[in-house]
Amino acid sequence: MSTATAEAVVEKKREPLLSKKNRKLITHPLDINNPITVQVLGICSALAVTTQLKPAFIMALSLMVVTASSNVVISLMRNTIPSRIRIIVQLAIVATWVILVDQVLKAYVYDVSKQLSVFVGLIITNCIVMGRLEAFAMGNPVGPSLLDGIGNGMGYGVILLIIAFFRELLGSGALFGFKIFEAIGLHYTGNGLMLLPAGACIIVGIIIWVQRYLNGYREA
Amino acid sequence: MRQSNLYILLYAAGITIVCGGLLALASEGLKERQQANIELERKANILSTVMNIEDGVNVAEVYNKRVKSYVVDFNGNMVDGVDAASVNVEAEYKKAPEKRLLPVYEFRSESNPDKLEFIVVPVHGFGLWDKIWGYVALQADLNTVQGVIFQHKGETPGLGARIASEDIQNRYRGKKVFEGNELVSVVMMKGEGFDYSDDPHKVDGMSGATLTGKGVNNMLKDYLSCYVNYFNKLKQQQAGV
Repeated sequence: MSTATAEAVVEKKREPLLSKKNRKLITHPLDINNPITVQVLGICSALAVTTQLKPAFIMALSLMVVTASSNVVISLMRNTIPSRIRIIVQLAIVATWVILVDQVLKAYVYDVSKQLSVFVGLIITNCIVMGRLEAFAMGNPVGPSLLDGIGNGMGYGVILLIIAFFRELLGSGALFGFKIFEAIGLHYTGNGLMLLPAGACIIVGIIIWVQRYLNGYREA
Repeated sequence: MRQSNLYILLYAAGITIVCGGLLALASEGLKERQQANIELERKANILSTVMNIEDGVNVAEVYNKRVKSYVVDFNGNMVDGVDAASVNVEAEYKKAPEKRLLPVYEFRSESNPDKLEFIVVPVHGFGLWDKIWGYVALQADLNTVQGVIFQHKGETPGLGARIASEDIQNRYRGKKVFEGNELVSVVMMKGEGFDYSDDPHKVDGMSGATLTGKGVNNMLKDYLSCYVNYFNKLKQQQAGV
């Protein structure tokens, strides 16, 4: 990540990194172009790792690191990649980052890495990452690519955290493992549905509904 | 130039070498920490069969203080020069029972380090889809189950995977594995919601996961039977004292 930040600083001198156009790279994925609720990508892991906030948070962070750093690397290499093998090259870069993240998680947060199990590895096939590489990093300079990666990682992460917030609160009566209802002296029986993937589906649906209502979305 | 075959081949080779080198470096650099985590988990698993591990408990410290480990063979004789932690139970499982190296973990009393409180042995077997494993803790009478812990690799979530939950594991608490001198083990029954509290060798089943239950039954019987000779020896020693 440190090299990635350094790249961004160099970029800043040439063209303001946070120009209006570039700011959109961060803000659009959070709302009107959200990878989960608008593009409906990365749903599999959004359903699987959101029973509690902690794994959801680590998963979101991992995905953000992977999208941002793969975007940066691919953007740096974009003028040298032979177009006939570009998907394989992208895959190799993503896979390298994902395995690195997985190894670091295993070394430093072993219990979370066990909970996330295969889903960290599956970031490799997460459509968000490959989608951003092919759609953005292949044709844009390093700075905007970094922002685009962070933006999309955050767009994914925000939704993950919202889902996990409701699932953990309603399913286990806790937040980040802290029994919130017991702490204020209420007895709470967890809603089992929220612990199952179906619970996540319902919450994703509600989020999409609310978001479309707020943005005045009309079906074409 | 960018589309020539030679360029593509060299490019692919270059990417492979760089990525591969990076990964090898990371794997080597982090190996020690990862091993330490796995080792800590093993110790925590052993301890959790006999005690509640609360947050903030130093697992390694409790383990070093109270657990004494050694390896025995099928006939109940000590095997010298083998560290219990180094025995790969999965590899031993593939051997004939008479040839297996059998790790034993003695959990000693806190006040008197010579007094045996619980004895913990590993178990390993096959569930419905993939391997299952765990530890069984017996009380000092070498008969009453103090606690068990089961883990699995690929049992069906919500069905067979429940063997890894406390709810299922608590059902084994207080059950007996011997009837007189004969090993009968503890059997998980078919069907769920029955009361087996008056039968020391049966526990309530898991609805929808009868085959995983059978796997657990086989695993317990198979692995505990390897230890029978050693347990008999221990019992004779206890009687002699």
